[in-house]
Order: sequence, then structure tokens, then C-alpha cells
Amino acid sequence: MTLDISRDHALGLLRDMIRIRRLEEKSAELYSKQKIRGFLHLYIGEEAVGVGAMHALRGDDNIVATYREHGQALVRGIPAGEIMAEMYGKANGCSGGRGGSMHLFSAKRNFYGGHAIVGGGLPVAVGLALAVKMKGESRVTACFFGDGATDEGEFHESLNLAALWKLPVLFLCENNEYAMGTALSRHVSDEDIVNNPPGYGVPADSVNGMDVVAVERAVHNEAELVRETSKPRFLELKTYRFRAHSMYDAELYRSKEEVEERKQDDPISAFQSRLLGEGLITQADIDAIEDDAAKEIAEAVEFAEQGEWEPVEEITRHTYARDLS
Amino acid sequence: MTTYRDAVRTALQTLLREDDRVFLMGEDVGRYGGAYAVSKGLLEEFGEDRIRDTPLCESTFVGAGIGAALGGMRPIVEVMTVNFSLLALDQVVNNAAVMRHMSGGQFQVPIAVRMATGGGKQIAAQHSHSLENWYAHIPGIKVLAPATVQDAHDMLLAAVEDPDPVFVFEHQMLYGIEGELDTTATPLSPWKAVIRRSGTDVSLIAYGGSMHKALSAAEELDKGGISAEVVDLRSLRPLDRDTIVDSVRRTHRAVVIDEAWKTGSLASEISATLAEHAFYDLDAPIERVCTLEVPIPYAKHLEEAAIPQVDRIVEAARRSVGDG
Repeated sequence: MTLDISRDHALGLLRDMIRIRRLEEKSAELYSKQKIRGFLHLYIGEEAVGVGAMHALRGDDNIVATYREHGQALVRGIPAGEIMAEMYGKANGCSGGRGGSMHLFSAKRNFYGGHAIVGGGLPVAVGLALAVKMKGESRVTACFFGDGATDEGEFHESLNLAALWKLPVLFLCENNEYAMGTALSRHVSDEDIVNNPPGYGVPADSVNGMDVVAVERAVHNEAELVRETSKPRFLELKTYRFRAHSMYDAELYRSKEEVEERKQDDPISAFQSRLLGEGLITQADIDAIEDDAAKEIAEAVEFAEQGEWEPVEEITRHTYARDLS
Repeated sequence: MTTYRDAVRTALQTLLREDDRVFLMGEDVGRYGGAYAVSKGLLEEFGEDRIRDTPLCESTFVGAGIGAALGGMRPIVEVMTVNFSLLALDQVVNNAAVMRHMSGGQFQVPIAVRMATGGGKQIAAQHSHSLENWYAHIPGIKVLAPATVQDAHDMLLAAVEDPDPVFVFEHQMLYGIEGELDTTATPLSPWKAVIRRSGTDVSLIAYGGSMHKALSAAEELDKGGISAEVVDLRSLRPLDRDTIVDSVRRTHRAVVIDEAWKTGSLASEISATLAEHAFYDLDAPIERVCTLEVPIPYAKHLEEAAIPQVDRIVEAARRSVGDG
């Protein structure tokens, strides 16, 4: 089956997947050099989900993401330098150095973070959609979360409330088969995650999250249905994380063989091969994208290196609108 | 004369009439009229869109309030009691309190959350606790405890107008009290403590439901020739340390009344504040009158014995002045 997309479109999707991959590889390197500290959750292997979804959504749609959100943030338009500076903890980071890797925010891009309490972002997304609906706007609120979040009470409560109040939320479940180190079969009674939402009146579908074009189409369709009907929908994106859960993870819960086998299904190399096979792009195109990405990431690191540390005297800033002390 | 309940409702009506962004949601706030009848009649006046009965999911409806506030609305969320609010603590602590800070000041959460607190109605250990101090512990949120009819009205207006998340604790024994309500007067700052009764011998420091017991105790003490000052904290976060310390610097004795358990209470925080800032002004050890370290019992005599009462406040004040 041919892809049926334009060359520019294909290049756009490929470019963003490569940008994320190179950002994440550099982040891992800088973590080992202790430039980045804390928890660092890499998106390597899952790029097709973030890129396909973010390309399918409108710029004014609300985004609520998880602690593994570098990819969504980058594609939404937060400059790589501001993301990198945030991971450094510098004042020129996209959250002023107050959030770090897990808490990237951008008000002007409707990017509502980076949430690191599993399931905790779902009620917030429901509320954002409530605000949209009460104001009579047509924006979709897209909420990313992992398979682990489906264990949480807030997942079930949020589906119920969004359906009951007919709120325009698109629930995007990034099923990478592990809730941190607990395999799907060990944390849910029904591994077919799409069986849950219909019980709350929320239509659910599933898509191959390693295929960026399939993801983009599915998310586009779902988002437009949410927009038209002003009712929630659920989409499972089946994917796989090639790296450890975080930099602290020794990966004792899955075999190296399993990971190596799944890496054969790399969303970037698979997409490149298809595009080359169909003659949509050439190796020179890929080389140009790689060159641009390398330059962008190098500039991002420089931006972070040059950033200032916020003065300790300002530590209580942003706790309240006006300092109470 | 107006009841505390009616004062809260009047404030709700004013807010809903004057600002399209304001809406009320919570369990039984609509058809039922509110567990404590605060929102009675509001569904009829403002409709289903703005008076929203929620499912029984505290975490998610408080979280949805946070999301709506992020999205530009001014939600008022009613949680039936403080005990139930524990189900929403994740959203309070991990989202409402941190969103402004964690985003480097890009986002704000102008939500007002109201809930009933305290004991006295024989509804036992899952409906009677006072956990305001849990909330007052958290930077990023503000905590108010209106004790009077006027404050019940004014503080809700202030909570909704505030750009930060504000939690308003309404003691369940206060809904029926009556007092004067002046909706035209310029309100006192909600963040300052006030002296409800002036005195020279001892400061009775209290808030919410206990404030009225402190006033009764002051009258009782007056009969025995002890002049007690009553400080109503009003705001539990931020805490108005200046007013508390100033009062004790004048009276040289302090009794702190708090319906929470003594261990780790606001009474502890106030005592520490006095030890830090008024140590050399104290003529007697600080007294704390708190709830006994037991879940609130059902039986009337046991419940009364568990929570602070006028006689315990009077005894503590007398000990303080050396008249015990």
C-alpha cells in the first residue's frame, strides 16, 4: 500500500521524528556528563506517536502531556534551546528552570505541561475542555497518558465525567506495554485497553503507534470527530520504549532480546525506508535533515550552556501571584 | 439578620451574576440544593451550565476545576466535607499548588474551593475532622476560615477574585448562626487576623467554629475579673503573625484554641511563632486547647469531650493567669 502523502508532508513528519531522536540522544549524553539531573525519561522509540499526533492537532488545541513529553513539546514549537535549558535548570528554560525535564510548559502554545503524577493530568484536561465548552470555542483538548494511567481511578473518573458532560477531550493512551517496570499483563485485568472507555460511553479505537502516517490520520480523524460532536473519544497508540524508563532504570523486568527485537520496528528507519522505496525522498534529503537537526541540537546545547542561573534571592517567585512573605 | 448559610449564598449569587466566568460545581449542589443547603435555589436561577452536579469523584471534579481555572474560568468547587476532600489531595498538592511555580509563572489556577469542616453534629469519625492545617501547610495555596456572617460573604468574594487557589473552610456548626451582613461596606482584608474582643490579661487565639467558643469563654472569664482578648485568625495561610504577636506582647499570655488534633496542628505553628517572636514578652507558658488525640467519636458526650469547649478554654486561661 502506498503512503498517499506529499513529499513535503513526508519530509515534515520525518524531520520532526529525527529532531526528537537527536534531542533525546543528546539529552542522554548530557545526563551522563551530569549537565542534566533528576529524572530523565526519553522518548526514543515512541517518536511516531508524538509527531503524528501533534501534526494532526490544531495549533490552538490544548495539550496536556506526561513526564515523557520532550517530543510533544518540541513539535508543538517550544524551541529546542528552551527545552534543553529547562533540563539544565537554567532561567532561560521554558519553565524558568522550575520544572525540569518532566515539566515543560508553554502558555502561548497552549501546552499545559508535563505532568508527573500518573493519571493526574486527566482531570485537568477534562477541566480545560469544560472551559472551552463553556466559552463556546471549538478547540480540542488532547490528553496524553501511558498505559499505566489506565490503572488509576482518575482515568475512570475522567472518562465518566467527560462523557457525562459531553466535553471535547481526546484521550490519547500511549501504550508502550510497561507501567514503568510492570508489564501490561501484570497491571491490567484486560490487556485490550480499548475495552474500557465504551463502558463510559466513550468511543475507543487503536492504531499502530510505530507508523507515523497511521497515527497522524487516526488522531486527525478522532480530533475532528471530537470537535464536531463536542464529545470525548479515546485512541490507543500501540508503541514501545527502546530506552529505559528513566536514567535510573536497570531494566531488570524485560530481556535484552525483547528490546532488540522490538528495535527492528524502529519508527524512523521504517518510515525512511518506505519513503525511499516509494521514491518520495532521496538519501540526500535525509542527510540534509540530519545536518539541520545536528545544528539545531548543537545550538540548543549552546543556548542552555549560556543561560543564567536564576538568583537564589528569587527562589519564592511564582509561588503566588504576589509574594506573601 | 442573616444566617451564615445565606451569606455564602448571597456571595455566590453576586459572583454568578457579575462574572460569566464563574460557575459552581460539586456533589449535590444543584437539584439537592447543597448538603448544607448553601446553594438552594441557585440551579433555578442560573441553570445547569453554571450550577453543576458532579459525579462522586472528588479527585476528578477538583482536578476539572483546576483545569477550568487554567483555561480562563473562575470555578467555585464545593466539596461536601473536609474528610471527602482527602480524595482530591493529589490534585490540590500536585496540581493546584504547583502549577504557577512549575511553569515558571506562565499559568495560574484561580480556583475557589469551599468545604465544610469540624465536629459537633454527631456524625462521627469520617465526617467531623478539622484538617485545615494540612492545607495551610502547602505553599502555593491560600486558606481562609470565616467565623462570622460578614466574613462568610466577603471571604468567598475575595477567594474567587484571587489569582491563586483559595480554600475556604466553613465550620459545619456555623451555617445556622445569625449576624449582620452589610454587602455595601468595604470588606476587611481577608488575609489579616482581627481582634474580636479587646482584653488585657490573656490572648485567646482561635478561628472558625472555635472563635465563638473563645468569645463565650472571654465573657465567662470577665465575670471572674479576667480580661481576655480574642484574636480571630481568619486566614490560615498566609498566617497574620504580626497581629498574633502584637496581641500577646500586650497581654503577655496566650491560649491557642484549635479544633484539630494538637500534634502538628496550627496551634503548634502559632505556639512556635510566639516562642520565636514573643518569648521575652510571655509571663506564662503557652496553653493549647485542641481536640483530644482520638478519631471524633459518635456518642454525644464523647464528641463533646473530644473537641474544645468553653470550659476547657476558661480553665486554660485561668491557668495562664495563675488563677487556675
